[in-house]
Amino acid sequence: MNKNLEKVTRIVESYDCEPANLIAIMQEIQTAFNYLSEEALVLVADMLEIPISRVYSVATFYENFSLEAKGEHIIKVCTGTACHVRKSEPIYNALREDLGLTGKKKTSADGKFTLETVACLGACGLAPVMTIDGEVHSKMTPDAAIALVDEIRRKEA
Amino acid sequence: MAKGTMYIDGQRVEFDGEKNVLAVIRKAGIDMPTFCYNSELSTYGACRMCVVEDERGKIEASCSMEPRNGLKIRTNTSKLLKHRRMILELILASHDRDCTICEKTESCQLQELALRFGIRKVRFENTRARLEKDESSLCIGRDPNKCVLCGDCVRMCSEVQGVGVINFAHRGSELQVMPAFDRKLADTNCVGCGQCAAICPTGALHINNQIGDAWRALHDPKKRVVIQIAPSVRVGVGEAFGLPRTENCMNKLVAALRMMGADEIYDTNVGADMTVMEESKEFLERLKKGGPFPMFTSCCPAWVKHVENEMPQYLRNISTCKSPMQMFAALLMDQCARKDKEDGKKTYHIAIMPCTAKKMEAARPEFRRGGEPDVDLVLTSREVIMMIKEMGIQFAELEGESPDMPYGIASGAGAIFGTTGGVAEAVVRRILPDKSKDTLKMLSYSGLHGTEEIRSVTLPYGERDLHVAIVHGLGNARKLITEIEEGRAYYDLIEVMTCRGGCVGGAGQPTVTMAQKRERAAGLYETDRGSMIKSSEQNPVITMMYEGPLKGRTHEMLHVHYEMPKKPAK
Repeated sequence: MNKNLEKVTRIVESYDCEPANLIAIMQEIQTAFNYLSEEALVLVADMLEIPISRVYSVATFYENFSLEAKGEHIIKVCTGTACHVRKSEPIYNALREDLGLTGKKKTSADGKFTLETVACLGACGLAPVMTIDGEVHSKMTPDAAIALVDEIRRKEA
Repeated sequence: MAKGTMYIDGQRVEFDGEKNVLAVIRKAGIDMPTFCYNSELSTYGACRMCVVEDERGKIEASCSMEPRNGLKIRTNTSKLLKHRRMILELILASHDRDCTICEKTESCQLQELALRFGIRKVRFENTRARLEKDESSLCIGRDPNKCVLCGDCVRMCSEVQGVGVINFAHRGSELQVMPAFDRKLADTNCVGCGQCAAICPTGALHINNQIGDAWRALHDPKKRVVIQIAPSVRVGVGEAFGLPRTENCMNKLVAALRMMGADEIYDTNVGADMTVMEESKEFLERLKKGGPFPMFTSCCPAWVKHVENEMPQYLRNISTCKSPMQMFAALLMDQCARKDKEDGKKTYHIAIMPCTAKKMEAARPEFRRGGEPDVDLVLTSREVIMMIKEMGIQFAELEGESPDMPYGIASGAGAIFGTTGGVAEAVVRRILPDKSKDTLKMLSYSGLHGTEEIRSVTLPYGERDLHVAIVHGLGNARKLITEIEEGRAYYDLIEVMTCRGGCVGGAGQPTVTMAQKRERAAGLYETDRGSMIKSSEQNPVITMMYEGPLKGRTHEMLHVHYEMPKKPAK
């Protein structure tokens, strides 16, 4: 068994292999690995002795669970009312285009960036806002957002 | 349980223990429409078709209301009718409405209700993206474009069968029913029982239709089409043509199949008699050797598959006997190989079964010889009904014909294989030394008959007692096994049938309620009572076979060892 699965095993065991704790278990796994891998979910189902279809059902129900591996940097664009009114959507769209994301894809092909939305950061006075790896950037424009991404690319190149 | 009186549309109705208002309404003679409610499953309350209005104009789903004394409700106010029509219209809007060419046409609940409510126009556009069909399973097809999200299949698979292959995934407008990770059914732990398709109100889940293959073989002059007909099919086909469920239609079915061009038609009951001989022999050997017990029956392919998937440690407890279908097919193909050489034709063997899982069983590598399967094609009762309709045969008016010799004579013990308890009773009849009328009567009252989900019987046998259990529904089988593991129960022989009610309730048969399954079972017991041969070893065909083609070859022809499978993705 690889190291990651050993960690999953420990997490499930810390919840006494109790099916009622499924959501908490998945949250902890997501915290540890950034996302829920297929093998992790299969292991959880086996250990809890519930069908994998049920685990999958819960994992896909909540927006917060991600079944895709996330990128190294997580970008969140606020779509709360204030940010929306101050045009956060063009920022989101510009980033999508810049990162080459289509359809349901949220992570760039090079695995560097994941683009998500967030409902409200409570910084409405600074709208529109976005965060990169938890750091808040205020009064954004599409160009400014792309510039921030480019800067990370340049630093890491 | 609550007792009392309530008023439905001004009518006084007594209730006594009904689990919800919906049941009381139906008792009062009103056919309340539903999608997501099935009395055999838990209440879900999602479709909102069963809504009722109380005196204050409050609307509630009757499936989720408890009957209360003095409750006054109406079931057909203008508000409710409008509401139901709107639900139907919205479901129809996102439904793939290719009804004329749909597998479930005529047996579709959505179609029936749309007709009943006179929906003639759908004002909304279908904005759902077209989803891919899953035709990977040999047993069941899945077309998500026809799903109404009632969840009946989800609850059937997890509550009744304890398998849980399909469930809801995603949410809101993206909600779908699917296996985990949207896998193909063939890549899951699906056992092929087909009960999801039987309960599905639309064509979203349906039997894998192989009628085309059957016609091609029947119309091929170079093929000798040899057919076997399973016990429960004879009480499953007639109702589609207005005959009572209790009527044994074997002879009419034989006549119809001859009209279609079948060359030889035999009775799987003979295969069942062979199974009884082998299974009882094996059971007695286990008694001598001291185990392993419990010995599980092996007739049900979905059960065997379930054990392979989920509890392979019990594979050694499953009887090594092939199922009646496969035993009979092995014998038949052995016989036909000679005939094929003589007249240059190729035998094509069709098994008519009440079961979707049999399609998977027939394709198993264990049942191939020289690369060719013993059973070329499994047709379900439903498919045969469609073929009879296609031919335009007036089935109810047909003069019955007998199946061909020699495999047309079977015992009553073979006939009852089609119902829960039948296999166990047949084996017990074979091993009990006393075969008097009184013993048979005693057996029929001992608890072997009936539809209780887990039943057990203790019978005196020499110096010890035989503990026999009967279980139907895989979820119940699992329950029983847990009891045994925890030391709360002990059994020598356990009959397991995957479908509730046994094969009479197989997913290949027209879908019916439990009470109607009992009618079919009554038809089989009636056949047994009318049969001159009660116990399998008294069947002269069996004697002939054991002295002839089976001599010294029973192990090779009639037994199988299921290999421990590679664990498939769950």
